[in-house]
Amino acid sequence: MKNPFSKQPIEKIVLQKQINRRNFIAFGSFIGLNALAFGGWRWLYKSPVEKSGITAGARKPLRRALNQTELLLRKTFSNDHLVQTYPKSMAATNVRVNSEIGIDDAGFDSKGWLLTINKKDGSQLKVSLQDIMALPKTEIVYDFKCVEGWDQISHWGGVKFSDFITHYNLQEEVTLQYVGMATPDKAYYVGLDMPSALHPQTLLAYEVNGQPLPVKHGQPLRLIIPVKYGIKNLKRIGTISFSDERLPDYWAEQGYDYYSGL
Amino acid sequence: MKSIKEKHSLAIRWAHWINFPVLMIMIWSGMLIYWANDVYSITLFGHTFYKFFPAWFNKFFDIPFRLAEGMAFHFLFMWFFAINGFLYVLYTAISGEWRQLLPNRHSFKEAWQVLLHDLHIKKMLPPQNKYNAAQRIAYSSIIVMGFGSLITGLAIYKPVQFYWITWLCGGYHLARIEHFILTIGYVLFFVIHIIQVTIAGWNNFRSIISGFEIVKEQPTANIKISEDEKPV
Repeated sequence: MKNPFSKQPIEKIVLQKQINRRNFIAFGSFIGLNALAFGGWRWLYKSPVEKSGITAGARKPLRRALNQTELLLRKTFSNDHLVQTYPKSMAATNVRVNSEIGIDDAGFDSKGWLLTINKKDGSQLKVSLQDIMALPKTEIVYDFKCVEGWDQISHWGGVKFSDFITHYNLQEEVTLQYVGMATPDKAYYVGLDMPSALHPQTLLAYEVNGQPLPVKHGQPLRLIIPVKYGIKNLKRIGTISFSDERLPDYWAEQGYDYYSGL
Repeated sequence: MKSIKEKHSLAIRWAHWINFPVLMIMIWSGMLIYWANDVYSITLFGHTFYKFFPAWFNKFFDIPFRLAEGMAFHFLFMWFFAINGFLYVLYTAISGEWRQLLPNRHSFKEAWQVLLHDLHIKKMLPPQNKYNAAQRIAYSSIIVMGFGSLITGLAIYKPVQFYWITWLCGGYHLARIEHFILTIGYVLFFVIHIIQVTIAGWNNFRSIISGFEIVKEQPTANIKISEDEKPV
């Protein structure tokens, strides 16, 4: 029982009421907002995986975020932004091999290989390795970057993709927004936005460390695209196609970002 | 006589409690990414003292084979982490609260005394304002670290488009190591922070939620000695 004659000053009671009131509001909001945040997190974590299409395997809201971020950061892309290059002496002699998808076909005939270009008008252009090697050669020593997180300085030689386009009069094709490349067995394929493909450091490479590509590095011709992660650097190109729509991409179907640009 | 003493403004409380879960998600999704190339360890003279991370650790947190997922989360929550940090810095700058936060010329000497006191080596504490010297250094460093995470993160994320940032960090390879070390730094900060908060007690903890502390006023605190009465 409270003593009605207590000498407790009125200010003290008022103060205690004020403290209680502020605590109630603050802790009430705190708990409420926490519950909201937790609910939001659960919604995101348990959100359904996107419908399989050009991209697949990611949660729907996260795929949206990846795509939006891509659209925003694409604005920073410029042909003047070059990947750092190094002296040849710094290049690895033992170049790392991370994947053999698309190049593990034992029956592949490297001698009879021709690069197929699917042109805009529906016709096909076939190009031999000799034709490609006759074009001006470009070499690059740069830090190859894998989406897994490792990087390695390596030395590649080949023809600039943009030189190749000019030489074979594919100007019409590169007005489209996307390029697609696939291995001859169609087991591995990548889709690239046109600006990245036409970047001055993008090569159709036929040499590593000054030697013809061995099978494990994509004999006879592979893509070296320093503005992308390794997953886009397709080994053993069979066909090249062009489209205004995004073309199929192996890892974008496994939940990875379609753009995967550096 | 008790009284209410305002401590943390609403802006600071919001920034603190948004940062906490966002940073947790960034660290978690960062671990999913790191796993794909988990090559870091503490190795001295050929002896490995600790490998980041041991198999039991990865298993416990369900980390393996979730790289794509980790990247998707990381590249969404990076925006919240950056925006929240930016707003916090903006607020402390404009409100003038930076004066209570940034270390001053006494801070490093005083922080040492705070440390000795906290380790129960010394009894006396140097005079304190809102934050003591050790807190000033810790809470300013953590902002520098957050900025460092953004910079090293951008250096790994877009090493070609933001090549100058990557260059500032000493290259792509080094930037990834720095990004990782900063994260370990957050974990250490968190552990010490939790211990300190626990020791400091309820009154202190309440202030980061409700904004105020309850202080017992000492009547003598109001007595001012006029200039001419001061001992010379």
